[in-house]
Formats: sequence, C-alpha cells, structure tokens
Amino acid sequence: MMEMDWYLGLSAVLFTIGVIGVLTRKNAIVIFMCAELMLNSVNLTLVSFSAQLGDVHGQILVFFALCVAAAEAAVGLAIIIAIYRNNLTVDVTKINLLRW
Amino acid sequence: MDLFAVAFYVFAILIIGSAAIMVFSRNIVHSAFALMFTLAGVAVFYALLYAGFVAVTQLLVYVGGILVLILFGVMLTTRGYFEKVRTRTVNLVPSTIFAAIIGLMLIAVYVTTEWTLMPLEDGEVTLTGLGELLLTDFMLPFQVAGVLLLLCIIGAVLMAARTRHPHPPAGKSSQEGPGGPSYGEGTGRS
Amino acid sequence: MQQFLESFLPAGPLVVFVFSIIPLMIILVYALFAIWLERKVAGHIQDRLGPMHTGGWHGWSQTIADLVKMIQKEDIVPAKADRFLFKMAPFIAFAASYAAFVAIPFSSGYIGSMIDVGIFYIVAITSLLSVSIIMAGWASNNKWSLLGAMRTAAQTVSYEVPTVVTILSVIIVTGTLNLMEVTEMQTGNAFLGFLPNWLIFHSPFMVIAFVLFFIASLAEAHRVPFDLPESESELVGGYQTEYSGMRWGLFMLTEYADMLLLSLVGATLFFGGWNSPFGSFMDGPVWGAFWMLLKGMILVFVMMWLRWTLPRLRVDQLMNVCWKYLIPLSFVNLVLIALWEMIF
Repeated sequence: MMEMDWYLGLSAVLFTIGVIGVLTRKNAIVIFMCAELMLNSVNLTLVSFSAQLGDVHGQILVFFALCVAAAEAAVGLAIIIAIYRNNLTVDVTKINLLRW
Repeated sequence: MDLFAVAFYVFAILIIGSAAIMVFSRNIVHSAFALMFTLAGVAVFYALLYAGFVAVTQLLVYVGGILVLILFGVMLTTRGYFEKVRTRTVNLVPSTIFAAIIGLMLIAVYVTTEWTLMPLEDGEVTLTGLGELLLTDFMLPFQVAGVLLLLCIIGAVLMAARTRHPHPPAGKSSQEGPGGPSYGEGTGRS
Repeated sequence: MQQFLESFLPAGPLVVFVFSIIPLMIILVYALFAIWLERKVAGHIQDRLGPMHTGGWHGWSQTIADLVKMIQKEDIVPAKADRFLFKMAPFIAFAASYAAFVAIPFSSGYIGSMIDVGIFYIVAITSLLSVSIIMAGWASNNKWSLLGAMRTAAQTVSYEVPTVVTILSVIIVTGTLNLMEVTEMQTGNAFLGFLPNWLIFHSPFMVIAFVLFFIASLAEAHRVPFDLPESESELVGGYQTEYSGMRWGLFMLTEYADMLLLSLVGATLFFGGWNSPFGSFMDGPVWGAFWMLLKGMILVFVMMWLRWTLPRLRVDQLMNVCWKYLIPLSFVNLVLIALWEMIF
C-alpha cells in the first residue's frame, strides 16, 4: 500500500479543484457537480484514514456520506429544474430576484 | 515499484485530469462525462485501500444514480441542442488563488501531523463485519438514513413534477392534451 | 485454473493475460453463434427458414460473413457529432459489460476474481452501460439517438430497482454475495431425492423471484418487449442510429454480451450455476463450464423466443409495468422469502 500522505495529498488536490469550480463556474449544475467532487475527496480522505489507522468506522461514515449525497442529488436537481422552469436559466448570476 | 504504486499513479493522473476537465470545460455535457471518470477513479482508490464494498457502492450510487440524474438535469435545463450547453467562467484568478491557499493549507496539515499508523491488512474488513456494524452500533443512523432517503424521494417528486390541478376548472379540461399525466421527469430516484 | 495455465505457459504476465481473456473468447464465439441462432429462431417462429446458404449446413457461417463485411465498412463520424465522445462510447459500453464477467463462476475451476461483493459488483459495473449509451446518444447529435438514449437511461434506472430487490431476496437465502459460494451451496440432490439442490426449488416464492428477475433482466438487456431504446420502427435505431462499421458492431456485441451476462447470473442464482442436473453424474470443472453455458444459452433462447412472440410496449406502459407491478411485487416477495427463511 502507498504512504497515507499520497492519498491525503490527492484528496486535497481534488478538493481544491472542486473549490475552484464552485467559485468560478456560473451554471448551477456545474456547481453541483463540483460539490459532488468535494464530497468525493472527503470520502477518499475518510477511507484512507480508515485503511491506515486500522479503524473500520471510516468506511461506515462513507456509507452515510454516500446516502446524504444521493439525497442531496435528488433534491438539488429537483430544485434546479424547478428554478429553470420559473426563470428559464440556471445561471446563478441571473437568479437575482431577491437581491437588492 | 509494486503494482499498487503503479495503479496509484495512473489513476491519480486520470482523476486529477478528468476533474480538471470537469471544472474548466465550457461544455456542460463534457463536464458531466469527465465527472464519470473522476467518480470511477475514486472507486478504484477505495478498492486499493481495501474498501471493496465502499468502492462498489460508489459505482452504484454515483455512476449509476447521481451521474444519470445530473445528465438528465443537463438535458432538461438546456434549450437548443449543441451550442446552448456552453457556459463561461468568472473570477478565475482570485478564486484560483483562494483555492490554492486552501489546498496548500490542507496538504501542510496532512504532512506535518504525526499519525499513529496501524495499516489494515487485506481481508481484515469483511462484508460480514461491515454489515454487523451497520446493524448493531450504527442502527439508529442507518434507520435515519433510510427515512432521509424516503423523504427526499417524496420531496424531489413534489418539486420536480409540474403542478397540475387534480380537478381542472370547468372549460379547461380539454387542455390536458393527449399525453396523459407526466412522470415527474425521472428525478424520483436516488 | 491458474495453476493449470502456469504448468505450460512460460511467463507470469502471459498467464494473467490468458486467464483474463478467456471470457472474451467465450463472448466472441457466443456472439457469432447467438446472432445466427437469433435469425434461425426468428425464421422458424415466422414459418421461414432463415439463413440457409452461407457455409453450407443451415447457413452456419452467415454471421462470420457479416463480420467480414462489417470490418470492411468505412468508419463514419457525422460532421456535427461530438467526435471524441462519439468514438469513445462503444468502447466504454463494451468495457462495462465485459468487466462484469469477472465475478461470474464459469465452472468450479474458473472465476475471474473471488471478490466477496460478487453479484453487487456486477449490478454496479453494468450501470456504466447506461451512461455510455447516453454518451453515444448525445454525441451523435441526432434526435432519434438522443430520444433512444434518454429512454434507455429512464428504463435502466427504473428496472435496476426490481432486479436488485429480487437478487436481494436470493441473497437472503444464500447469505453470501460471492457467486462461487452461491453455486457451491447448490451442489447435490436434496429435494425429494431427485430434484437438484437448486435455489429455484427452494421455496415457491423463489419461482416468483425468478420470473420477476427474468422480466427485469429482459428490460436491462433492452430486449423485446422492452427494446424501446432501439425500437427500429419508431426511432430508426435509437442510440445506434449514427453508428456504422465496427463501432456499431461493438454495440451489437455489448448487447449480446449483456444478454449472456444476465442469463448467466440468472442461471447461477436460480439454476445451480455449474452444477450438473444429475447430481455427481457428468460433474467436474470441464462439464461444469458446459452446464453453465448450456443453462445460460437456454435462458438466452427464451429471450429470443419472447422477442419474436411479444409486441413492444409503449413508454408509459413500460414505466407502469416497472413502478406499479414489478417493484411492489418484488418487495412483497422479498418479505415473504425472508419470512419463509425465518420459519423453516
């Protein structure tokens, strides 16, 4: 098995890419995908801790993270589709009805 | 260099590359398909870390479920066929600097901390062990997760389905059209 | 199997290569045979003869001739298509379907990998198939293709639920996800002295589970009456409309490999896998492979038979069958099997 630092570094890089995506993209669905990427990098961290510190609970935690990710995907996409139906756009800078 | 290391480097390059394509591609559908490679690559890392069941769950939930949902979302929220799925990026420089600071901080913390390592052996985590843990120590979170999923199915169907009056007012009933009731746009699964 | 290969092959990597390519050989030979069989079955059901001339005996080499023709064809990519995704999609589709064969026990001596998540892995990896079909449909830049792809996604995602639930009801009985162990449990003659110890004879609810699994697997493999993704008469060719030559051939191969995969899973879960139906008579690793493939081929034959017997469903009927009948029935069946297991 590789050193744990490599896995942690990889997940840090993935998280950073996700952050860049959330900050720079304007399409709600792409932002959503970047959030999924960040969730994945955290899950990777949990699993690598679980493997290297000899604790199975990390994997259990990942199950619940996956569960929440699935719930988030269903509801989040439903919200995006509902927004699209009202505004005919999913560009987050144009959804500014409540902005002063 | 053993097989694990080779697999690590190959898939690390694959997932970082595809994640970068996902974030920087101007075409949303390309982003979504790049996300597929990232998710599958992360599943490979789970398998390398002796978490086979988590890896398979990752494939089933992310690639089979969430990715298909995202693709449906992309197709439902774009008008036009090819050209309209392009978007642009904003604030590239400041946000990259910000994100790079975050990433460097994360890596610095990871590298400087002294972990007490007790690596798992292959075959130490079994399916049976995981199942018993889920049904004993983690029984309550397990049930709560089930309830959460049920709730979000109902919520997603309610939100995404077009609101139709069950009894349309008189005179408007002929506008129902031949299509019959809609199906909640396929978002009812998680 | 691995020791057997090591005894006459010189190098280690070569052994691994041969070991991993065996299912591919099986799939290729099977696909050539199955396409010919499909035509013959179609012909005889419709009171025709089917292909008769190529190769002499009942046109046995018709598919080989078709393959040679297909290789010669030009590899056309539509001008407005998304070239990269268009070219990549068939490979991902076949890779997904081939990767699933790793967990299938072809005989008592051959299984690709003894992973303990076996059947769950098969279910998960085949979900890449629907993504690759969306990829093909979207990249073709064609209305028929996109419609076919969207239908595929909806259909696969919906029918995954009854498939998984029926598989789960078998798993309750076996207590393991590894298909090799599932098959080993079904060895011997137990019921009434002459019936083999197969799971389908385990309880009356297993028969219901098998019927539900078979219907759902028809839909997963996109076979008639659930072949809406490629329904020729309304969508031209569905997601394969723009494909030609070997890329189309790969999709065809994927479809047949998928049929074989689901049939083999059905044979393993319900009909004893590589176990001989006659107890210890005609038993052993080689006969095991024969029985396994024979059982798979019988299920494939039933799929072909249904194709030329039943008309195609409409999209709304398709979803009704899944969400209103198959899913509730499979859940009720799951509970009943669990009760049966608890009581007996």
